[in-house]
Amino acid sequence: MSAAPTLDPGTHEPPDYALVQSSAEFGELRRAHRSFAFPVTVAFLAWYLGYVLLSSYAGGFMATKVLGHLNVAFVLGLAQFATTFLIAWWYSRHAAARLDPRAEAIKSRLEGDV
Amino acid sequence: MNLSPDVLALPLAAGGASEHRGLIVTLFAAFVAATLGLTVWAGRQTSGAEDFYAGGRQFSGFQNGLAISGDYMSAASFLGIAGAIALFGYDGFLYSIGFLVAWLVALLLVAEPLRNSGRFTMGDVLAYRMRRRPVRTAAGVSTIVVSIFYLLAQMAGAGALVTLLLGITSEAGKILVVVLVGVMMILYVTIGGMKGTTWVQMVKAVLLIAGTLLITFLVALKFHFNVSALLGAAAENSGKGSAFLEPGLKYGATATSKIDFISLGLALVLGTAGLPHILIRFYTVPTAKAARKSVNWAIGIIGGFYLMTIALGFGAAALLKPGAITASNKAGNTAAALLAEQLGGGPGSTGGAVLLAVISAVAFATILAVVAGLTLASSSSFAHDLYANVLRKGRATEKEELGAARWATVGIGGAAIVLGVFARGLNVAGLVALAFAVAASANLPTLLYSLFWKRFTTRGALWSIYGGLASSVLLVLFSPVVSGKETSMFPGAHFAFFPLENPGLISIPLGFLLGWLGSVLSAEEPDAAKYAELEVRSLTGTGAH
Repeated sequence: MSAAPTLDPGTHEPPDYALVQSSAEFGELRRAHRSFAFPVTVAFLAWYLGYVLLSSYAGGFMATKVLGHLNVAFVLGLAQFATTFLIAWWYSRHAAARLDPRAEAIKSRLEGDV
Repeated sequence: MNLSPDVLALPLAAGGASEHRGLIVTLFAAFVAATLGLTVWAGRQTSGAEDFYAGGRQFSGFQNGLAISGDYMSAASFLGIAGAIALFGYDGFLYSIGFLVAWLVALLLVAEPLRNSGRFTMGDVLAYRMRRRPVRTAAGVSTIVVSIFYLLAQMAGAGALVTLLLGITSEAGKILVVVLVGVMMILYVTIGGMKGTTWVQMVKAVLLIAGTLLITFLVALKFHFNVSALLGAAAENSGKGSAFLEPGLKYGATATSKIDFISLGLALVLGTAGLPHILIRFYTVPTAKAARKSVNWAIGIIGGFYLMTIALGFGAAALLKPGAITASNKAGNTAAALLAEQLGGGPGSTGGAVLLAVISAVAFATILAVVAGLTLASSSSFAHDLYANVLRKGRATEKEELGAARWATVGIGGAAIVLGVFARGLNVAGLVALAFAVAASANLPTLLYSLFWKRFTTRGALWSIYGGLASSVLLVLFSPVVSGKETSMFPGAHFAFFPLENPGLISIPLGFLLGWLGSVLSAEEPDAAKYAELEVRSLTGTGAH
C-alpha cells in the first residue's frame, strides 16, 4: 500500500513529497494560502454570527430607520451579500496573483522532471 | 380582487382548475421529455468511471457554476424562503444569508484542495492519509445518511407541492407523484451518470433564474422599482406594521427560539461545504482553477437568486390579500405561485393561469434536479467507497464498480420512493436543517483537519465523523422536531428532552472537539509522508486526476 497514487501515465517514480513539502518555495505557497484564507474565514464567520446575534438580541437597534422603510437590519443584511461578493472577488484576485503562479511552477517541475 | 372565501381556501383547485392543471402538466411533461433526451444523449458519451462519477471532468467553470446552483437551490429555498418572507418578513430573509455566506467556506478552504487531491467522492480525500477501510466506511456512511435525509425532504416536498399546485388531494395521486419523481431520478442517474445529471441541473438553473427574474421584474414594475415602497406596502398589508420589517416575528418569541436561531445559523453557514452532493460537483471540472471559477459563478447566481427572493416574498406580502397565503398553505409554500397568479391578472384570468403554470413547472424541475444530484452522490459513495474500496478491497474492476453504482442508484431510488410515500406528512424544514447540521458536524471537521492539520489521525477522523453524526441525529430525535409539539412528527409522544430544533450549536463544536481529542489521544503516529503528499498535491494540483 506504500505506492503513491499514479501520476501521469508514463511517470515511473513518484516525486519525493516530503522534500517538496519542506522546501522554501512550497512554504511560501502554503503561507500565501493560509495567511489569506484563515483570517478571512474567521472574519466573515464573525461578521455573519455577529449579524445573527444582533438580529436575535438587538431588535431595537436593528429596527432603526435608515432610509424610507429601509432599517438597519436590512442594510446589514444587504451588506452581508455585498461582503460575500467582495470576498469572493478578492480571494480570486489573490489566488491569481499569489497562488496560481507558485502552484504551477512547483507542479510543472514535479510532473516534468522524470 | 373579488375573492370568495371558498376560492381563498383552495385557490388553485377552483374555477378553471382543469385548464391550469392541463397547462402545468404540459409544461412539466415538456421539461421531462427535454431532460430525458439530454440524459440519453449524455449517456451515449458515458463509458467509464471518470464519465459516470465526474462527467468526464470536461465541464467549464461557468457550466459547473450553473449546475452547482441547480444542485443547491432546492424547492425549499425557492418556495420555502419566499413563503417564509411572505409570512414572517425580515426573519424569512435571514435564511438566505446563511445559505449564501456558506459558499465562502467552500471557496476559501474546500473546493480547490478537494479537486486537486480527490477523484470521485468525499471519501477519497478523507481516507487519503488514514487507514483507508475504516475511514472510507465512515465517509460512505455519513455521505449516505446526509443525502438520504436531504432526499427524504425533497420527496416529501414533492408530494406536498403537487397537492398545492395541482389541487390533487387524493392519497393515490400523491403517491403516484412520489413514484414518478423516484423513477425519473433513477433514469437520470443510471442512464446519464454525472454528465446527464449536470445537464439537468444546468437546464433547471436557467429555468429557475428566468422564472424568478420574470416575477421580480413584474413586482418591481408595480412599485416603480422602489424597494422602500415595496417594503412599506408589505408591512402595511401584512397587518403587522413595521414589526414585519424587523427581526423577531419568527425567532424572537422566547429565549429558546433565539438560541435555536443561532444554532440554525451555524448549521447553515458550516453545512454547505460538507454536503456530499455539492462536493462531488467540484470533480466535474478539469482543474482547481476551474473549480474556483465555478464557485464564483455559483456565488453570483445563488446570491442574485436570494436577492430576488426579497421581491418574491415581500411582493407576495404586499400584493396578496391578507390571509390568502396561510389559507392556501400554513407554511407559506404557495406564496410564490399565488404571487405569480396574481401578477398575471389574478385567479381565473388566462395570464394568471399561464404564470402559475410556469412557476409550478419550474418548482417541479427544481425538485427533479436536486434529487438527481443527491441520488448520484449517495450511489457514487456506495459504489466507490463502500463496495470497491471496502468490500472488494480495491480489487473490483471498473465495470463491476459501475455496475454496483447503477444498482445502488436503483436501490436508493427505490428506498427513496418507499420512504417518500411514508414521509409525505413529515416536517420538511426539519429534515433539511438536519442534513445541514449532520454535514457540518460529521463531514466538515474531518475535511478541514485532513487538509490542514498534520497531527490528524485515523482515530480523530472516526471519532469526528461518527461522533458528529450520532450526536446530531440523536439530538434531533430528542428534539421538538420529532415529538412533543403540535408541529412534530409524532405530536402525541413526549420525549423531547433537547429544547432546540437544530442540533448544530452542540453537535458542530462536538465534531471539531472529537476530531482533535481523538488525534491527541491516539497511540498511532500521524503518517507524515502521506500528509506531505496530500498537502503538496492539494495545494499545487500535482498528479491531479
